[in-house]
Amino acid sequence: MIVSTLPQSPGLWLLAWRRLRADRLAMFSLAVVAAFLMLISLSATGLIAADWDREVGVNYAPPSFAGPDAQSTANDAAKDDTAVPENPLDPLNDVLRELRAQRGDAAASAPEDYGIVDPIGPEINQLRAQLAKEGRGTAAVRATTLPFGADKWGHDIVKKTIKGSETSIVVGLVAAFLATLIGTLLGAFAGYFGRVVDDILNWVYSVFTAVPNLLLIMAVAAVLQHKGVATIVLILALTGWTGTFRLVRAEYIKHKSREYVMAADAIGASHWRRMFVHIFPNVSHVALVQMSILSVGFIKYEVILSFLGFGVPVGVVSWGSMLNEARNELILGRWWQLTAASIAMAVLVTAFSLFTDALRDALDPKLK
Amino acid sequence: MGAYIVRRLWQMVPTMAGVIVMVFILFNWVGGDPATILAGKMSSAEQIANIRHQLGIDQPYYVQLWIFLKQIVSFDFGASWSTGESVAHILTTRIGPSLMVMLPMTILETLIAIALALGIAFLRGSLADRAVMVACTAGMSISILVYMIVFQYWFAFKWGWFPVQGWGDSVGENLFRYAPLPILIGLAVSVAPTLRLFRTFVLDEVGQDYVRTARAKGVSERRLVWVHVLRNAAIPIITYVMANLPGLLIGVFLLENFFSVPGIGREVIQAVDRSDFPVVKAATVYVAALTMIFNLLADLLYKAADPRVQLQ
Repeated sequence: MIVSTLPQSPGLWLLAWRRLRADRLAMFSLAVVAAFLMLISLSATGLIAADWDREVGVNYAPPSFAGPDAQSTANDAAKDDTAVPENPLDPLNDVLRELRAQRGDAAASAPEDYGIVDPIGPEINQLRAQLAKEGRGTAAVRATTLPFGADKWGHDIVKKTIKGSETSIVVGLVAAFLATLIGTLLGAFAGYFGRVVDDILNWVYSVFTAVPNLLLIMAVAAVLQHKGVATIVLILALTGWTGTFRLVRAEYIKHKSREYVMAADAIGASHWRRMFVHIFPNVSHVALVQMSILSVGFIKYEVILSFLGFGVPVGVVSWGSMLNEARNELILGRWWQLTAASIAMAVLVTAFSLFTDALRDALDPKLK
Repeated sequence: MGAYIVRRLWQMVPTMAGVIVMVFILFNWVGGDPATILAGKMSSAEQIANIRHQLGIDQPYYVQLWIFLKQIVSFDFGASWSTGESVAHILTTRIGPSLMVMLPMTILETLIAIALALGIAFLRGSLADRAVMVACTAGMSISILVYMIVFQYWFAFKWGWFPVQGWGDSVGENLFRYAPLPILIGLAVSVAPTLRLFRTFVLDEVGQDYVRTARAKGVSERRLVWVHVLRNAAIPIITYVMANLPGLLIGVFLLENFFSVPGIGREVIQAVDRSDFPVVKAATVYVAALTMIFNLLADLLYKAADPRVQLQ
């Protein structure tokens, strides 16, 4: 039992964690990133913001702190009260009457029976009842203001931003993980085996880096016609692995002739085992830092792609699609969606970048 | 020197071949059958077969690759699928506006970043240094999209300092009327990361012995900064700027798209949007070639700036 009494020397990860703990800014940014991750995991499991696409407010409802939109409410009221002569053939007559009844309009009466049997009448009534039960449809009262306003359709901006964060961050993280995986695997093979393998993989690397990154992303986006979250992840991962490849390859070249690898060879460890059981733990910090850097970059790329319409499909909300909508809203003076998406993105990206810097410093103190 | 250039050009051949094969695989194999896109929704099998024959995609793959190679060398990619304009004409006419936004932006960005980097590197650790670095981090974290939307709204739409978007016919009008706002936004986004990078280049030099020696022999601070340090920090700066130039051609694509500048980037975005493969293919191949040539130029300039560098 001598082993247990020996003082344990702290490993790389423990030392790095201690250095990270000592850095107050790093811990603060880690807390911010963790808060975002918590938020998106809550929204991904449907606990919050699952009903972001419910139209809870009036169109473009302003934020509560700004007060209701005086001009537009006045307009609405004016429009409503200019007594439009009732047109018995107006297909919207019933709806109008219903709306008036909701506003407490005394003049409203039960829909007249024209003596024609409505073939889909019962079904419509059934649907209405169902919608009313779920609190949706025309029966729901729409709020004139929401905590941070509403978009074109009256979606709550706070919930929409949370949902958008989920899409953008998940795309960034998953794509970064995949890109790091590809880069690490190829880098390990190139660095460890050298010779022909290295030559071939270096050639692939030079081909991928010859085309500027954004152009490559656009080219792949042009070819993959199927729009979807998985497609963006694929595009980003397939085009973004080159930096990791270069760094991991250099690490493997450095490590493969070290004594511990020779010792592993001597006891009969296979190539695979030497590469990923013996060497990989010693270069994993490089991969981790790369993944962190890539996450930030990919989140930004996703936003740009979605803004251009090459990213998330219609019906999925991300920061990019929010900014795309906000572009036209600003001219109308509706600044809240733009502000919400920009602030959420700026806060996350700042925190993530600061954390990445601190992580790199903590894992590789020689760099400083 | 001559031998070096020849060798570097020779080394480009396999890379260029790789790029061509990659683009070919992407568009002719992964991209599926373009004839169905081209023929539209209401098309007969006969029409599709006709288009396939015109495009040469009813041929075996090696023949298609050969056609693609001939297209690249002869700079003749045929007509755009959506507008019918010849691809060669599209590329040659769109490069002007792109350069008109890109070159002033790069020059201003480099000058501003160098001046600020030299300034704050000598004030290292002071309040000014830290303030600039914090501003950089904050500025970098805001998406370029937000800058575009907000600047366009306030500077062009509200205050009318610039046209909201568009492009004119004369060089002067474009350069002084339409280009400034995109350039300004480009600068707002790109100066911060460039400055951070250049600052580390300058900091690497400030600690060197020759700086202390120069100070000891009584060189003025101004001369020290602008002659001694700048000359040495220029080497990584040149590499960085040159390596980034071709990427900028596409990097300004968001600005071009947003402000309706008829440049290469906007053309590529529209082509991607309309599945106009010939334009994307041509742009990808030529920008890749341009990137490699600029990398070579960067290395040659490197040598010119620092005679100690041995070109291998």
